[in-house]
Amino acid sequence: MSDPTGRTPRVEADEPTGRVSRVGLDGDPTLIVRRPIIDMNQLWKTYRPGSLDVHALRGVTLTVDEGEFLAIMGPSGSGKSTLMHIMGCLDIPTRGSYKLDGEDVSKLSEGALARIRNREIGFVFQQYNLLARLTAWRNIELPLIYARVPGAERRRRALAALDQVGLSERAEHRPTELSGGQQQRVALARALVTDPALLLADEPTGNLDTAAAGEILGLLQELHRAGRTVVLITHEPDVAAVADRTLHIRDGQLEPAGIAA
Amino acid sequence: MRWRDTLRSGVEAIIGHGLRSLLTILGIMIGIAAVILTVGLGEGAQSSVNSAISALGSNLLVVTPGSTTSASGVRGGFGTASTLTLADANALGSKKVAPNVIAVAPQAETIEVLTAGSTNWTTTVVGSTASWAAVRDRSMQEGGFFTRQEVSGADDVVVLGSTTASELFGVGSPIDQTVTVNGEPLTVIGVMASAGSSSSTNLDDMAVVPITTAQQQLFTGTFATSVSTIYCEANSAAGLSGAYQEIDDELLAAHHIDEPSAADFTITSQTTIASTANSVNRTLTDLLAGVAGISLLVGGIGVMNIMLVSVTERVREIGLRKALGAAPTDIRRQFLVEASSLGLLGGIGGVLVGFLGTVILPHLQSNPVSLSLPATVGAVLVAIAIGLTFGVYPAARAARLSPIDALRSE
Repeated sequence: MSDPTGRTPRVEADEPTGRVSRVGLDGDPTLIVRRPIIDMNQLWKTYRPGSLDVHALRGVTLTVDEGEFLAIMGPSGSGKSTLMHIMGCLDIPTRGSYKLDGEDVSKLSEGALARIRNREIGFVFQQYNLLARLTAWRNIELPLIYARVPGAERRRRALAALDQVGLSERAEHRPTELSGGQQQRVALARALVTDPALLLADEPTGNLDTAAAGEILGLLQELHRAGRTVVLITHEPDVAAVADRTLHIRDGQLEPAGIAA
Repeated sequence: MRWRDTLRSGVEAIIGHGLRSLLTILGIMIGIAAVILTVGLGEGAQSSVNSAISALGSNLLVVTPGSTTSASGVRGGFGTASTLTLADANALGSKKVAPNVIAVAPQAETIEVLTAGSTNWTTTVVGSTASWAAVRDRSMQEGGFFTRQEVSGADDVVVLGSTTASELFGVGSPIDQTVTVNGEPLTVIGVMASAGSSSSTNLDDMAVVPITTAQQQLFTGTFATSVSTIYCEANSAAGLSGAYQEIDDELLAAHHIDEPSAADFTITSQTTIASTANSVNRTLTDLLAGVAGISLLVGGIGVMNIMLVSVTERVREIGLRKALGAAPTDIRRQFLVEASSLGLLGGIGGVLVGFLGTVILPHLQSNPVSLSLPATVGAVLVAIAIGLTFGVYPAARAARLSPIDALRSE
């Protein structure tokens, strides 16, 4: 599998955990530096639909290191979606700080958030969200259009991303001509094409049969092994099982990691 | 997002909804075509009025009878009175009375049947003096105009318009042939060169005879004593106002009228005729353009309607684009480009239809239609502006959508 992005590989080939680890300058293998991709501190999100405050998140503190594969589980209404929206910079917290890849994004404007989403985050949705009138590779190039990448390079990178998910021969197919599993793979390629710091998958297997779901989860694991930071949101324990670490969220609060795992 | 990609995305969205886009474009197209055609009709009418008036002759003042007022106080319409006579014309011809007037041509006219051999032709018979040809700026194609001697002698001579001549005599020369009017045989002494036609009268279809002949032998009733028009030519354009004053003074005195407002005649100059006709035309054109403008407005509302539908329909797409990194500006631009492209396409279509109209319309009705370049360019710009204006609100709505709500909607 080739890395089309040119970003430096995050992990040694023989690293079994997939965690990013850098050997210290003095060569001492015990000195391991982990870089946090997600650093949330006492995050609150409050909605006011009426006069009554609704706390969707109540002081979430969470760190996800570079190269980690984390699953977040929770029933509906637990604040799982809100957490994912804030994590994906689709929304900003009411209180608390959120550093994404070292940058505080909790108080950015809408335009700045759009840039962060474009460069730092790759989304995979339950509904695939492909544009029906565009072919596979043109769906994949969409984020690059907003990154002002020139046309020829967009096509090259889109085809490389498509190759990464094993759908090279489907580049000119429209979403309606693809199976659900294939569509989700195109969506995954679209999430990868910008070489984001964080891959955020929201119930990516929710609409797929077991075989297709297995394929997608396999791809996510593969990406994780190649050094990608992946956060998977799901309510299915089977799906969460592919991750290294699982966190449970309930009533807007993370349950102690030790108990949940 | 680069402009090229924004444009491409807008065009793709338009093509993606072919029928809907076409109907929207049609609305704009009809509005633009209507504007172009009404402006074209207006300009065509104006130029035809101007050419008709310059065909009258240069530095001309036209004296026409005023309205009648009967003893019981009932006033007739303009031009109904028969207050002007040959004597008035002769008085105005005097250098002492009106030094700024260099030529006077009184004119009496009726419709008569002309007979040449077995051919009949009904046309306007004009009785006038020898200076008529010069005053009306007419030249001869064949033969000559009648002279002052022929006028004072009330000779039985006639000068024909080119159409009248060919209707009566075909291709052969009519000179020295005889035309009978009201039983009076007249000798053809000349044929006038073509002067074209104004919208109301055909200047090439008439017969001109000495006014003395007309009044003594051809015409009856008031036509035999009065004249319908007195044409006076001023010595120069600068002398027009002087000539106007002289004519006014002389006729008021001759008709024993103390109060200028009670004058039983009217003096008009070419410029007043032209400006009256043009102001009527302009009013009509403005009115029609206003109606066309309303249809353009309706077309613009159509664009807004379609764009709003398009935004509602693509809420999910907008949410996705935002999640993938589209800033509000990118989304706004995308929809503005789409709306103004609809306007542009409608504008181009409208210009094509308008152009077609200027080719076809003159065949269906008598008024000329001219295609004006500024109006055409303006129409296309207006069409784009309409697309933009009516696209602003839908585009702002799209840009404001929250990516979360947009993605959640089904």
